[in-house]
Amino acid sequence: MSLYYVQKLMYQLNRDPRVRERFEADPERVLEEYELTDEELEAIRKPDIGLLFVLGVNGQLLMHYAAMHRYPWADYIQAMRDGVEEHGKVREGLYAMLEE
Amino acid sequence: MPLVFAGVCSHAPGITGRAHLADPAIRDEFYSHYHRLRGALEAAKPDALVVVGAEHFANFFFDNMPAYCIGMADFYEGPIEDEEWLGIQRRRIPGAPDLSKRLIARVMDDCDVAYAQEWKFDHGISVPLHFLTPRYDLPVVPVNINCQEPPLTPLHRAWAFGRALRKACDAAPERIALIGTGGISHWPCTPDSGTVNETFDRDFLDKFVNNRKDDLLAYTDEEVYREAGHGGFEIRTFIAIAAATEGATGELWFYAPIPIFAVGCTVATMSV
Repeated sequence: MSLYYVQKLMYQLNRDPRVRERFEADPERVLEEYELTDEELEAIRKPDIGLLFVLGVNGQLLMHYAAMHRYPWADYIQAMRDGVEEHGKVREGLYAMLEE
Repeated sequence: MPLVFAGVCSHAPGITGRAHLADPAIRDEFYSHYHRLRGALEAAKPDALVVVGAEHFANFFFDNMPAYCIGMADFYEGPIEDEEWLGIQRRRIPGAPDLSKRLIARVMDDCDVAYAQEWKFDHGISVPLHFLTPRYDLPVVPVNINCQEPPLTPLHRAWAFGRALRKACDAAPERIALIGTGGISHWPCTPDSGTVNETFDRDFLDKFVNNRKDDLLAYTDEEVYREAGHGGFEIRTFIAIAAATEGATGELWFYAPIPIFAVGCTVATMSV
């Protein structure tokens, strides 16, 4: 797993409008620049907000990625709940803090 | 000259971004206390506003995460978030680079701190400024404490940092106001968003306004995480303000959990 790079992508999408423009125009070109597993790539492309949450993406990054995909707030919250239901509890990162 | 004002307030993005979804009665009462805080801040006639916040990956990331950082820019920009999403229009905010430089140098006598000449405000600073300096005519010095992901600075270091910041402010000729902004218990941006542990919050705020240092520093991160959620790590900003006003007490003006804002909404002042 390469949670660091998933989060780095989201950090850069949030912070840099040029990265966002490039991503919107040609996501694959941008994704090539990050060390991502197939599972992560699929979750980012879809986007599978619930799986991204389970993979450990910090909500302070994930909520903006969801907003970029026009998720209303309630749908964003529900997507994370569905993700946990489908994929199990958060695997690493902040929300797995007491598991590690 | 001695610090002219100190206070704390919440900064959750829902406060402005999801305002239309909140019960208007409680929302407007909360807002009225922001306005009161603005009035008190203006009455202190500050030359600059130092905001101790806890930003959320707008500037600082896992590649190089500072425990503490102070802004030293001519100007800042914010909010970084989608303007419609946050309900605040993006704009430039004046900095105070010369004052920043002197504060940073002085703080470094006691604490190591990073500095930044570029800084994009996220809701963590943009929401307080939206209420407290709506004309954006007061130069701002942003200060960040990493409260997002461990390893986090220990609470006793947040206290030492707050003391150092106070010494630095007192040594400057400018009239400086200090605002701390953080959440107490909350679980932002997760399935538990909207949960607030009011008992924890009220207990913490009692320790805060009475400036009981030993009690404030007795929390462990594990306890905070269990009882107050990952958002509770932001108590570091309150602790820095308590340290900056060591020996003084404060007044809690407003506290109420407002679930759609995903935080126990707080406005308080500390004597300086």
